[in-house]
Amino acid sequence: MSAKHHRVGDGPVIRRILIGLAVVLTALFLFMPLVVIFTQALAQGWAGYIGNILDEYTLHAIGLTLFVALLTVPLNTVFGVFLAWLVTRFSFPGRRLLATLIDIPFAVSPVVAGLLYLLLYGSNGWAGQWLGQYDVELMFAWPGIVMVTVFVTCPFVARELIPLMQQQGRDEEEAAVVLGASGWQLFRRVTLPNIRWALLYGVILTNARAVGEFGAVSVVSGSIRGETNTLPLHVELLYQDYNIVGAFTAASLLAGIALITLAVKTIVEWRQSRSEEF
Amino acid sequence: MADTDQSVRPRRAGVPVSRRVLPGFGLSLGVTLFFISLVLLLPISGLVIHTAGMGWEQFWFVVTDPRVVASFKVTVLAALAASLFNCVFGLLMAWVLVRYEFPGKRLLDAIMDLPFALPTAVAGITLATLFSENGWYGRVLAEFGIEVAYTPLGIVVAMAFTSVPFVVRTVQPVLEELPPEDEEAAVSLGASDWTVFRRILFPVLWPALVTGGGLSFARSLGEYGAVVFIAGNSPYVSEVISLMIFVRLEEYDFAAASAIASVVMGVSLLLLLAINVWQGRYLKRLHGGRG
Repeated sequence: MSAKHHRVGDGPVIRRILIGLAVVLTALFLFMPLVVIFTQALAQGWAGYIGNILDEYTLHAIGLTLFVALLTVPLNTVFGVFLAWLVTRFSFPGRRLLATLIDIPFAVSPVVAGLLYLLLYGSNGWAGQWLGQYDVELMFAWPGIVMVTVFVTCPFVARELIPLMQQQGRDEEEAAVVLGASGWQLFRRVTLPNIRWALLYGVILTNARAVGEFGAVSVVSGSIRGETNTLPLHVELLYQDYNIVGAFTAASLLAGIALITLAVKTIVEWRQSRSEEF
Repeated sequence: MADTDQSVRPRRAGVPVSRRVLPGFGLSLGVTLFFISLVLLLPISGLVIHTAGMGWEQFWFVVTDPRVVASFKVTVLAALAASLFNCVFGLLMAWVLVRYEFPGKRLLDAIMDLPFALPTAVAGITLATLFSENGWYGRVLAEFGIEVAYTPLGIVVAMAFTSVPFVVRTVQPVLEELPPEDEEAAVSLGASDWTVFRRILFPVLWPALVTGGGLSFARSLGEYGAVVFIAGNSPYVSEVISLMIFVRLEEYDFAAASAIASVVMGVSLLLLLAINVWQGRYLKRLHGGRG
């Protein structure tokens, strides 16, 4: 080895081998799937692609998926901000327990998540029976889909905010209170500008998971074409109908949302590292 | 909602006065507890009550059904293999992303999170297409006699894909914060790269590696969407446990489904707790020296 290198792996040979290995493996394992999605989706050309998107059931699935996200994301954003505020700005007994509880949806299998709601709100569950007396049915309909999506995606905003708010500390906010700011003024003028990028990423990530949830939703949806079929369920349906191009067309829309999510994350991190430098 | 007027309460000794300077304690505690109770705790207690009501014998009968036991085995073994792969791959990626500068690095870093952002069903049909016998990878592998799609190996591939980011993202910050002194000293004294890695770097890195591997394992145990498309789902061979729950549900056997689900959930929650305790302890050790 040359005498120039000072740290492990700085030698030119090992460096090239490791970078090469990392790039090749990532290309094979993570990049190729993206290529597959878009080549399969465009297998019948652009006209076929547009035609597949404009299919009646696909359009309905897109609409339902957006509707579910529209209800889920704001709800979980508000909850996430409250939770992060509570956990990082106050110390009280049970604080760590609360921070652990919120990780439960990460640990629980999506199928189990769906089952939890089916048992409680299904026609045999006690909440379901009670609601049934008023002719309210939540399962196998859109409310059930929204409920399990809320369950599955509730940790994301808080998870993005908590480390950042912990690191920033509460000095600025305490100063604002001493200067007479009201609670809302404090949040809007002091807290929000500090956390807005992490909040944005949390929201985007919640959205990505909300539109893409499959296991939990398939337990409670009933997958009725043109009624309770979300986009990921529609992907499955088309795939099982051997309509591969159609399935990948629907999948490409979801992959597009995933790519936007990654782009936002990269921009947010770049912004944060830049603001740290100044 | 909880009371907002904290100032009326007598302060406990030792609690800093500044504790309640900021507003919103009562409101955020109220909102959080209400939400967590309604969204998380109520449904979970529903499952616990439902399972407790079925009696020990029936529970044991359902859970030890040979087909269920086989799916437990398949799931645990595949999840272990997938997390081991991710430990190696994740360590390599974290190392390359932290230690080297090269064109395209930002892109490589960004795409690491793809498995979290990509819906599992999309990952599932894509991997199944890639690895099926006509697929780009399946065709090549078939020449070596390796079958991935519709075998347990396919389950490992799907689990490994969906949990790639865990190890990368837990090891990366530890590598970034690593002080260079010990390493430089050892290198300048003539130790080989491998010796320095083994004796100086690995002892600092392995707790993060265990945490990331544990998270990856926990996620793999419950994986459903990515797995069902590539697994083949034949009983006793390539059925994962979350599919088993689904199968019982489709037979309208709610009791069996909830018995299996409560085992899966119990294991996941224990794993989550263990990872949290473990992480807390090694973070304390890592940062304890700062006084």
